[in-house]
Amino acid sequence: MINNSSSSYTNVMLRILLYIILFLFAFYYLLPLFVMITTSLKSLEEIKTGSLVSLPRELTFDAWSVAWSKACTGIKCEGLKPYFWNSIFIAIPAVMISTFIGALNGYVIAQWRFKWSNIIFALLLFGCFIPFQVILLPMARVLGILNLAGSIPGLILVHVVYGIGFTTLFFRNFYVSIPVELIKAAKIDGANFFRIFWSIFLPLSLPIIVVTVIWQFTQIWNDFLFGVSFSEAGTQPITVALNNIVNSTTGVKEYNVDMASAIIAALPTLLVYIIAGKYFIRGLTAGSVKG
Amino acid sequence: MFKWLEKNIPKIVIAPSFFAILVFVYGFIAWTAWISFTKSRLMPKYDIVGFIQYDRLFDSPRWEVALNNLFIFGFLFILIAMILGLIIAIFLDQRIRIEGFLRTIYLYPMALSLIVTGTAWKWILNPGLGIENVFKNWGFENFTFDWLVNPDYAIYTVVIAGVWQASGFVMALFLAGLRSVDQEIIKAAKVDGVPTTKIYTAIIIPSMAPIFLSAFIVLAHLAIKSFDLVIALTGGGPGYATDLPATYMYTMAFSRGDLGQAASSAIIMMIVIFSVVVPYLYSELRNKNDQ
Repeated sequence: MINNSSSSYTNVMLRILLYIILFLFAFYYLLPLFVMITTSLKSLEEIKTGSLVSLPRELTFDAWSVAWSKACTGIKCEGLKPYFWNSIFIAIPAVMISTFIGALNGYVIAQWRFKWSNIIFALLLFGCFIPFQVILLPMARVLGILNLAGSIPGLILVHVVYGIGFTTLFFRNFYVSIPVELIKAAKIDGANFFRIFWSIFLPLSLPIIVVTVIWQFTQIWNDFLFGVSFSEAGTQPITVALNNIVNSTTGVKEYNVDMASAIIAALPTLLVYIIAGKYFIRGLTAGSVKG
Repeated sequence: MFKWLEKNIPKIVIAPSFFAILVFVYGFIAWTAWISFTKSRLMPKYDIVGFIQYDRLFDSPRWEVALNNLFIFGFLFILIAMILGLIIAIFLDQRIRIEGFLRTIYLYPMALSLIVTGTAWKWILNPGLGIENVFKNWGFENFTFDWLVNPDYAIYTVVIAGVWQASGFVMALFLAGLRSVDQEIIKAAKVDGVPTTKIYTAIIIPSMAPIFLSAFIVLAHLAIKSFDLVIALTGGGPGYATDLPATYMYTMAFSRGDLGQAASSAIIMMIVIFSVVVPYLYSELRNKNDQ
């Protein structure tokens, strides 16, 4: 934004220096990704004799196939594949349900205010900030009582319950800018609550739906605390399986398999970020500067 | 009947969420708080006996380590991420042609699971094959970098990985803040011949105070809740040298079977978070109502 043109020579030098510094920062952020990718493509032999930052001498995709279908996560050795699907089966319903509930809640709180609606909103908002440690113990018991302990539906329930605070917040902040006259006019025309939501509000909501879906998907896919607390051997999400592969103590340490596994676990959210980065950042800033 | 239904439909729609939050957030917090005042060990007991668990907690050397680590980690993580974020934001604010491209690179770690970040850094910092080996290959024969397995320094590796993950996000917050400063004032200062650095230190940065506060809140919140990163990077070790309150709580709850300690440590975590967040939320909401 600011540019004092004192002498053009120093200016050019300064700009070159500026670009060098910015590229050094880029290098710093990319280095771990670079190391992960190159390590995953090396043989274990080359990892032990070569250097961390060198390119692979011979490309091999063995580590990737081991990570996907053979790596050991404790006693079982079926790779990340089953856990990848677990995460999909947890994330997709949980994202859809929590987004839908959030849209309805946001619509009510922003447009159909009643006596206690602001207090309900404050209670929901407050729930976004709690450290989840404080609900882990009773949640484990309640899941047991509901016969959902260690199951995928149990994890879906947990992610929905603790996701609706955020999804409601996103939709409420979006709908609050729509003038209430819109609803008044629609009511005069005889439209009811659901009809107005369905044919007026939802068609306007595409951007906020995208932001919410991306936010929820990233949160749920990357979740570890709920996954490790409320799953059992066959229902673990991918983050838990990845941690088990990396920290499994049996056999030779296969760093290339660890790195391939880490990339597989990161790929879905990374793809979302690359395809829809704008919406991802919008969710991040809205989710962090809450309120 | 039908009229009543139509009139109350907004309340009926929001009621399930309201009751879910009431039970799963507030009811569960109350349950955990209750347990923290009992003698519960493996099984919950419901007779209130006072502050026994909190006495045990604060007598525990392991909890002391966890709190100390939270202080060290929180302080360095917040400070370094803010400094780094601010520097990059200012450099990126100089009409850089490829700004969007660089921003994408700086921010991608936020899309990754902390388990992935921990796994990657665990490999990079591996004493023997990691960065230490790189320097040895470059001719620094005596170079050692064993922080990951050194009980006195292991907590700093958590800082390194945490800063890498979050600093790009702080950059994005600050960049938005820099752009929101009144451009007229900056133009006027330039006309008066105020040097660029002075414009930043005397005009732009002071006017960004609210952004510093939100960045601080977000980072403090992340630091207190930190769990995944420690588990993936050091597993809390060596010994319990890198335990944080969140990992202490998890160990007590799920491997030691000490409900009383788990509950009391969770309640302390919640108090710490709320002492940071509540004044902020309160002032935010009040500002909004004033407008």
